Amino acid sequence: MHVTHTLDATFSALADPTRRAILARLAQGEATVTQLAAPFKLTQPAISQHLKVLESAGLVIRRVEGAKRPRRIAKGGIDAMDQWLGMLRKAFERNYDRLDEVLASMEQPKKGERQ
Amino acid sequence: MSKLKLTTEGDTHIVVTRRFDAAPEAVYRAHTDPKLVQKWLLGPEGWTMPVCINEAKPGGKIRYEWTNGKGAGFSLTGEYLELVPFSRIAHVERMHLPDPTPDSHVETRFDADGTGTLMTMRMTLPDTQTRAAMLATGMEHGMEASYVRLEGLL
Repeated sequence: MHVTHTLDATFSALADPTRRAILARLAQGEATVTQLAAPFKLTQPAISQHLKVLESAGLVIRRVEGAKRPRRIAKGGIDAMDQWLGMLRKAFERNYDRLDEVLASMEQPKKGERQ
Repeated sequence: MSKLKLTTEGDTHIVVTRRFDAAPEAVYRAHTDPKLVQKWLLGPEGWTMPVCINEAKPGGKIRYEWTNGKGAGFSLTGEYLELVPFSRIAHVERMHLPDPTPDSHVETRFDADGTGTLMTMRMTLPDTQTRAAMLATGMEHGMEASYVRLEGLL
């Protein structure tokens, strides 16, 4: 389960709004550091630092194209987190649907009766 | 449409909100009366909770044991920290898979919402190892089987 070992890093990486914005931009397609720096009004080293965090979290991967290093979204990293949260959500939904039935079958307190 | 909302709070917590069509008193009781807990805090079809100890008082013990009736099972233990009748529960819990996982701190609030209740549960995000164990178990037995492990988070 190698992929799940990066989940802590994934959550940390996503806790930062700039990194979430970078991911949103990369979700639209590959981009170089220069292309990413422009809309974010950040220096290239600052963007590179964020990308480093995203890469070590398994969320972003780089490609070598001559002197360029375009980045793109690493789908696997995002899938692992989605999968875990998805399982959790389904477990809660299942139980709370059952709780709805339990609540519906519980006796309503009679008027004047103290809980 | 799902009534449940699940969000992460930074990288340390999970927050779950869910509305119920019953007064806070009833929802609170369904979380603290073992006879009621046994009816809903289960897992996939076929799983039951033959052991349900729930001492709803500060320092009170929690012990849930689940089985699928085919030899598979696991348990959860915990202790109550604080209870404010019908509005707030704070407790710690751990799963036994079979080794105990690190303690998870859980705070559950029940707020009146019209004629119903808005429940908000805030809990510690399990560590990487625990999550890996959950996912690994899920992979091994199919997604369904892992849900029962996840109930430990409740």
